[in-house]
Amino acid sequence: MNDKNIIITGLIIFFVFLTFPFWYNMGKASPVPEPKLTDKAKAAKECVEPKEYMKAEHMQILDIWRDGVVREANRVYISETGKKFNMSLSTGDDSCMGCHSNKADFCDKCHDYASVTPYCWDCHIEPPKEKK
Amino acid sequence: MNKKYMYSLLAVIVLILLPYVGVEAVGLQVLFGIIIPYLAVLIFIIGFIYRVMDWASSPVPFRIPSTCGQQKSLPWIKQNKIDNPFTAGGVIIRMILEILFFRSLFRNTRFGLNEGPKISYVWEKWLWLAALAFHYSFLTVLIRHLRFFLEPVPVCLQLLEKVDGFFQVGLPGLYMSGAVLLAAVTFLFLRRIYLPQMRYISLAADFFPLFLIISIAITGILMRYFTKVDVVGIKELAMGLASFHPTIPDGIGVLFYVHLFLVSILFVYFPFSKLMHMGGIFLSPTRNLPNNTRAKMHINPWNYPVKVHTYDEYEDEFREKMKEVGLPLEKE
Amino acid sequence: MIDSKERASKLGYLPPKTDWMDTPTVYKEGMYCYAAKPSRLEYMDWPYPKDWSCVDEDWQLPENWKEIVLKGMKERLEKYRTFKIFMDICVRCGACADKCHFFIGTGDPKNMPVLRAELIRSVYRNDFTKAGKILGRIAGARELTIDVLKEWWYYLFQCTECRRCSVFCPYGIDTAEITIIGRELLNLLGLNIDWIAAPVAFCYRTGNHMGIQPHAFVDMLDFFTDEIENATGVRCEQTFNKKGADLLFICPSGDVFGDPGTYTCMGYMILMHYLREVHGLDITWSTYASEGGNFGLFTSHETMKRLNAKMYAEAKRLGVKWILGGECGHMWRVINQYMVTMNGPADFLEEPVNPITGTKFENAKATKMVHITEFLSDLIKHKKLNLDPSRNDRLKVTFHDSCNPARGMGILEEPRYVIKNVCNHFYDMPRNTIREQTFCCGCGSGLNAGEDMELRMTGGMPRGNAVKYVNEKHGVNTLTCMCAIDRAVLPALMEYWAPEVDVSGISELVANALIIPGEKEKTLNLRGEPIWPKDVDPDEWYKRPDFPGR
Repeated sequence: MNDKNIIITGLIIFFVFLTFPFWYNMGKASPVPEPKLTDKAKAAKECVEPKEYMKAEHMQILDIWRDGVVREANRVYISETGKKFNMSLSTGDDSCMGCHSNKADFCDKCHDYASVTPYCWDCHIEPPKEKK
Repeated sequence: MNKKYMYSLLAVIVLILLPYVGVEAVGLQVLFGIIIPYLAVLIFIIGFIYRVMDWASSPVPFRIPSTCGQQKSLPWIKQNKIDNPFTAGGVIIRMILEILFFRSLFRNTRFGLNEGPKISYVWEKWLWLAALAFHYSFLTVLIRHLRFFLEPVPVCLQLLEKVDGFFQVGLPGLYMSGAVLLAAVTFLFLRRIYLPQMRYISLAADFFPLFLIISIAITGILMRYFTKVDVVGIKELAMGLASFHPTIPDGIGVLFYVHLFLVSILFVYFPFSKLMHMGGIFLSPTRNLPNNTRAKMHINPWNYPVKVHTYDEYEDEFREKMKEVGLPLEKE
Repeated sequence: MIDSKERASKLGYLPPKTDWMDTPTVYKEGMYCYAAKPSRLEYMDWPYPKDWSCVDEDWQLPENWKEIVLKGMKERLEKYRTFKIFMDICVRCGACADKCHFFIGTGDPKNMPVLRAELIRSVYRNDFTKAGKILGRIAGARELTIDVLKEWWYYLFQCTECRRCSVFCPYGIDTAEITIIGRELLNLLGLNIDWIAAPVAFCYRTGNHMGIQPHAFVDMLDFFTDEIENATGVRCEQTFNKKGADLLFICPSGDVFGDPGTYTCMGYMILMHYLREVHGLDITWSTYASEGGNFGLFTSHETMKRLNAKMYAEAKRLGVKWILGGECGHMWRVINQYMVTMNGPADFLEEPVNPITGTKFENAKATKMVHITEFLSDLIKHKKLNLDPSRNDRLKVTFHDSCNPARGMGILEEPRYVIKNVCNHFYDMPRNTIREQTFCCGCGSGLNAGEDMELRMTGGMPRGNAVKYVNEKHGVNTLTCMCAIDRAVLPALMEYWAPEVDVSGISELVANALIIPGEKEKTLNLRGEPIWPKDVDPDEWYKRPDFPGR
């Protein structure tokens, strides 16, 4: 049957697409990124909430903060443990970026790895590079 | 209670519990995170090829396209080149429309019997719309998942994510495809339950993939928007699989293993089920052949001689009678 | 039989409470055809001839009947990709459900194309798929039992192989193909209906379904010659089995045999006479290949081939250039989609060219057989026929697309072109009931018997309804069609669903409009009806200034 050739060609094309991840990576897994902490962050020892919680929920916290600040002019965040924090992403030393001033190493690394493109920087200005 | 969907629902519940218990209580991360996914992909590939080649091994003895428009005939009569193709080009367009836009389903009508009696045929677009929404959102979801398997993530993929998350609802941003998928698959399920005729023709094998896909979508949505999982860890695991250096990173929630297991089941189930319509639609002889048998002889590979009643036998039987009415004869 | 309004009001579409696998098949009087007589099977050398009835408890099956069926299925799965794919890929989306005229007319869920196919698919799953073997009924599988076989018989002979469902199926699953193969399996056990087996046996022996022997065939056409002379004053002599003629003409024998097909037959005869007298074209009939239709299609592929072989054999014997085919439905499915593959190549014939206009029929250059409306369209386009459409002014015409030419060929415009050129009043039925979406007459594929009248009237409901619609809206009084089965069955259907509407063929309308050299002044059409419209004074009608030839 001459249509067998067409069918086999079709199958090959389909499986080339399907197995794309296998040959795209050529058998090499790139190293898993590890976010870097600045000295200031290291010294602080803790973030506004525990590390595991922050890892999973930081985007939600930022979202809630934004709404709180913009809509209710509320700039004070009270953590689970009762501590008070300034609610700000990038303004001043006591903002998120004040501590994590290494955006490329702290934010972008994982975001790039997981192909996440947060739109924080559509409005916010990236703080100047950390002073060494 | 309808037995058919209860069986399927039960099966899916068991399939959810298996990895849950396996990972949470027994610690079988390697089994559910590495061995089963690899096996599933292998079974899918081999099974899919086997099924398609099995179809291909049966010949197409006759060229029997369903003609859904004007044939090619006299030069001044306008042929419907797509619905009644005469050339390979026409067939290709017909197949593209069929595969990408579900053209035949688009024709769907709903019949109604009214007082009189008067019969009405109403354009029924919902099945077509839901089917289209389902398949395209599923495809989008599938492609989006490539971000876990590719490093660096290609630009086109990021673009797709951007489009999919265009409305920037909530954080993490809502992907339309996920919501549409769940809505469409739910519609397809409710159709089977609420339309009496649909309920009547549905088999357990129709409900099972629906429940499976609903569960896959729900676990995915839970992970992304609600319970949250360690995305970096998951990518590490996925990249391990894709690069044949499998690892099991710590701290990946059990929900992920449930999700992955259900997807593996879908892959395994695929070649043995009606889901093979994905391959079958390409091979359907009523759609993928031109209607040109009268112009171009189609060969039947197993054509064999048959017993016929020859003219000579006919004349032998009726010669006298034929003579009477003056019909010309071969033998006087 | 209950009256049409009452029937429609009693129709319900809710499926029974029990699952279809648990709902036993009840043979209802009027919904089935009688079983094939053994003599037919013996004549055709088919297996297991016997004297039986489908309502018998004991079907007198061979002991290993199940093995025969399953072996037959296996063989066909290997021979037909269609069958294998259609068994595998249905997702039961239900798009086909309300497309079937038998489902619309009966409300019986097993008449939904999807379920009709599931009757066979369930057995396929049980014996040919892993899932079915392991999971059994959960996977939709069931064992082939005598009850299943009886269910097959009942519902496979409630399908007219019209392919309407295949138009709507997203995968192009063609229930006709499944029915054809299902019937083939039944025939392995000698289980056929007499209304199919008898025409097949007749056709094999005498060359046509009606069993008309050569001398009778000539006599019948001679009789028509007299009739035509009465109506037109012209003697349209025909030639038979003539060697060296230009073309061989083959039409369904139903047109030779019964009203109102006979008027279509007279139409062919007038046309042939006209072409001979005016254009010198010599067209001959054959008594050996005197059947266009092919009830083999409704039996098995092999039988189809056995019957179809006569066309080429006769064309070769007579040495004609090519073959002209008459108005028949399934005949054209066979010619368009099977003939050259089965019995070709037809290298002893010429690529068809219209000798009068020089038009090449490119689309028929392998099979070398041209449809009469293709041929007529070409003649009309080139003004080779002297036509007076006002002679059909009495008629308000609509056109019934026959299933097979519509969905197995796509000949939609040619007949309309011809009709519009020979009639002044043409109205199409609603879009969802014509062309590729046309509804079956309810009697195709050999179900046009007398004993299944109930089935025929239910199956013809959608068609009847659509005709009634144009009858009420436009005053349509003539349903024209290009299929002999249609002409045989639609009169009864019209009487039931749309009284006031008569049935005709296209060639009849053409012949009525054709101005034949030497004809007498025309006042009556072939049916002996006056040609002026009802409620019009004939004198006025003849005197009107736009009357052709005035």
